[in-house]
Amino acid sequence: MAGQADRQAAELAIRTQKLNLWYGTFQALFNIDLGIKQGIITSMIGPSGCGKSTFLRSVNRINERLGYVRISGSIDVMGENIYDPGVELVQVRKQIGMVFQRPNPLPISIRENVLFGHRIHTAGRKSSKNEEDDIVEDALKTVLLWDKVKDRLDRKATALSLEEQQKLCIARLLPVKPGILLMDEPCSALDPKGTEAVEELIWELRGRYTILIVTHNMAQARRASEECIFMLMGKVVEHTETGEMFVTPRHKETADYIEGRYG
Amino acid sequence: MFEATPLNQRNDTRQKLFRFGLGTMTGLLILPVVLILGTLIYKGAPVISFEFLFTGPTKGMTAGGIFPALLGTILLVLVALIASVPLGIAAAIYLSEYAADNWFTRTINLAIINLAGVPSIVHALFGVGAFVIFFRFGTSILAASLTLAIMTLPVVIVATRESLQAVPMAFREACWNMGATRWQTIRRVVLPNAITGILTGVILEVSRTAGETAPIMFTGAAFFLPLLPQSVFDQTMALSLHLFVVSTQVPGMPENLPFGVALVLISMVLLMNSLSIALRMYLRGKKKW
Repeated sequence: MAGQADRQAAELAIRTQKLNLWYGTFQALFNIDLGIKQGIITSMIGPSGCGKSTFLRSVNRINERLGYVRISGSIDVMGENIYDPGVELVQVRKQIGMVFQRPNPLPISIRENVLFGHRIHTAGRKSSKNEEDDIVEDALKTVLLWDKVKDRLDRKATALSLEEQQKLCIARLLPVKPGILLMDEPCSALDPKGTEAVEELIWELRGRYTILIVTHNMAQARRASEECIFMLMGKVVEHTETGEMFVTPRHKETADYIEGRYG
Repeated sequence: MFEATPLNQRNDTRQKLFRFGLGTMTGLLILPVVLILGTLIYKGAPVISFEFLFTGPTKGMTAGGIFPALLGTILLVLVALIASVPLGIAAAIYLSEYAADNWFTRTINLAIINLAGVPSIVHALFGVGAFVIFFRFGTSILAASLTLAIMTLPVVIVATRESLQAVPMAFREACWNMGATRWQTIRRVVLPNAITGILTGVILEVSRTAGETAPIMFTGAAFFLPLLPQSVFDQTMALSLHLFVVSTQVPGMPENLPFGVALVLISMVLLMNSLSIALRMYLRGKKKW
């Protein structure tokens, strides 16, 4: 299989070594050694509290807001340790976009939402209206939302349906040109139809972005990812191709979880 | 099967009794407001006229108008606002958006709450010591306004902080994740969504400031001044102090005149409060999340 060989040769987008994380005195992550391959969709599954979201949130350093978080080990993104003292946080966040459980569009127009990231990173030099129009159209087309909203770009984004809001939240990341998209249960606030639509979109983005998606939904992990990581109590139990994990899990815990014996 | 049992009847009587009792208590609340406003309007309205509002007092304050006091109150409030609003909003933004939750922040918060609880006469004496004597502003509009500003600072800080914290955390996270700095997030998302609450707080502060007497009595307000103030280093008359003077300090005062002064003062305060409520309702109607 040529595709598989390509993937193995590809650079790792995210690589952690001996990553430990503490919330105060509580240790949430234990010696995480992971390599997330570039350009594919990797899903993280595991029971609540197993550390998947914590892991996701340390990859773009949003955890730091909580003053009591401590980390040891390293997280390399595109080959650079993002916890290096010389690293500019704004550049990290530009490179790594994040989508949350609940869609969180800003309470401004659809157009302004898409342009928000672009504008804060081009301060001082104002883009022309044409330039901005192109950016908005590009981003909304990529997330399959353009046809639905092109006539009401000036409406409030908060008036959209949850599915559309979540797509907009993804669109909003694109003008900043990230390489990695982190998604923390992006479909858990959506109905089945919305879930399907967003999954379809995520699949569509594969190849252009490295996508790491946390999910509680086993079927979703199976449908919509190429590699799968199973975590339990702050440790990585298994990291293989999705198909392989769901058909022939290597560990008993993985098998039990996949079959719904706990969760 | 569905008839009332004696227990049902007893519970029902009891609940009616309490509904009546609690309703009456609530009704009693309105009584003082109605009485005060009614008396003021009944006795004060006859003296209100264009002349009353826009000329100075004459004949030892027993006749004429209240213009110097009205203007003085407006000036005092304005200068107090200029001093306290930027400072209060800045402090609130720091406390809400930047400060880490540690003992130092908690001490500052405690200090703000305590500052709000200090009696106004203590603020007045502090104002005399600090602004009139130490900073050599003398008894002046500046000294009186700064005293008012310090007194109302906690109100501005608390109102601003509360409106900032009412902005959902998800908005901030959305911005940070696109690489916005804290300040970009505050400037573009947090402040525009908190501005209603902040404005409401500021307007409420105005109405409170306008009615204060003790803090300005020793720091800049005068019993009687024939001339209007020329700068912030002059003394001024003020409505609240004027009301005190015409009610208690001047013999031979026409009965209705103090009521007229009180009516003007309370109208100013009520106007401000209604403005704040109207503004809040208008902006809340526009807000959606």
